[in-house]
Amino acid sequence: MAGSQRVYKQRIKSTQSLKKMFRAQELIAASRIGKARDRVALASPYSRAITRAVSAVATHSDVTHPFLARRTDTNRVAVLLVASDRGMAGAYSATVIRETERLIEQLRDEGREVDLYVSGRRAVSYYTFRQRELAGRWVGQSDAPQLETAREIADTLLERFGAPADEGGVAEVHVVYTQFVNMVTQRPRVIRLLPLEVVEGVAPAGDGGPLPLYDFEPDPETVLDALLPRYFRARIFASLLQAAASELAARQRAMHTATDNAEDLIRTYTRLANQARQGEITQEISEIVSGADALASAS
Amino acid sequence: MAATLEVDLVDAVGKVWSGRARQVSAPAADGEIGILAGHTPILSVLRAGEVRVRTEGEGVLSWHVDGGFLSVDSDTVTIVVDALSDSTSSSH
Repeated sequence: MAGSQRVYKQRIKSTQSLKKMFRAQELIAASRIGKARDRVALASPYSRAITRAVSAVATHSDVTHPFLARRTDTNRVAVLLVASDRGMAGAYSATVIRETERLIEQLRDEGREVDLYVSGRRAVSYYTFRQRELAGRWVGQSDAPQLETAREIADTLLERFGAPADEGGVAEVHVVYTQFVNMVTQRPRVIRLLPLEVVEGVAPAGDGGPLPLYDFEPDPETVLDALLPRYFRARIFASLLQAAASELAARQRAMHTATDNAEDLIRTYTRLANQARQGEITQEISEIVSGADALASAS
Repeated sequence: MAATLEVDLVDAVGKVWSGRARQVSAPAADGEIGILAGHTPILSVLRAGEVRVRTEGEGVLSWHVDGGFLSVDSDTVTIVVDALSDSTSSSH
């Protein structure tokens, strides 16, 4: 009996220290999420301007560009997975990984070979544990992506897309990331970034109405050539920023739930400990009383 | 008072400057380009160089840019740059 009381006390203690940790993580995530959302908002004028320019070139001239053309000379495709560096974010990483697995399976069914690029330590360890090969990995800043990293990722993928088939060129580039809808909803998204689909990818940028007839300086090909890599980089950077905001939101919610659960556990264990203590006291009293009774009846 | 231009200067991480201006000059692919109100719509690649904005209040803002592009569309100038440094302003 005395044993169970001690066990409950220990559990209460360890749950209390876990609760402190959950609470701290929740507060950290909460304080960072505002900044992450601001960064998403700040990056949008850039991508809006580029998107508008790309659609202007695409609608007003008949230029073709390698980034827009479908490649048929290779079966290889690249997939970029954007997950988080740390856990404690509920199902955040698991969801994007599951979505990626589904995409890979679908691509394999179509007879494609998949090269996987991964950002985020959780996803890297998922694949290394299963001894699956990764074509590239980036870790260390999933909750605050830097522009240089985005550029490095984008340039790696662009290089693969531009390479000839026998030197590891890929025909398509897909990206799996988590879209930040709002604080409660983050949705995993799968998009094909290359070859670019100007028709669906560049919906009218909202403000402008019909696009005017532009002059191109020096000529449409050069302008497109300058725009498309920037467009691609901007899309990659935007996915990383969205993923970062989603990660923090998921972490905040998961840690909030964990704190609540810890409180529930502490309450349950406190009740059980009280019950055990009461039981012990009752037992002691009945032992004393029965002892006294026995003495009284003996004399 | 001449007509003015609506100028947005943006880079990948945010909006650098936005406001009204009388004149914008930028290092276009074939040479320095100067834009006043009423300019024909243009999309141009930018080289590395100096972007200068003459604001309404006669001040001149300038930035050194590493490259990017510029679009003009019904008196709205959008300058998209990769990286920029040393913002300086002076008034004449």
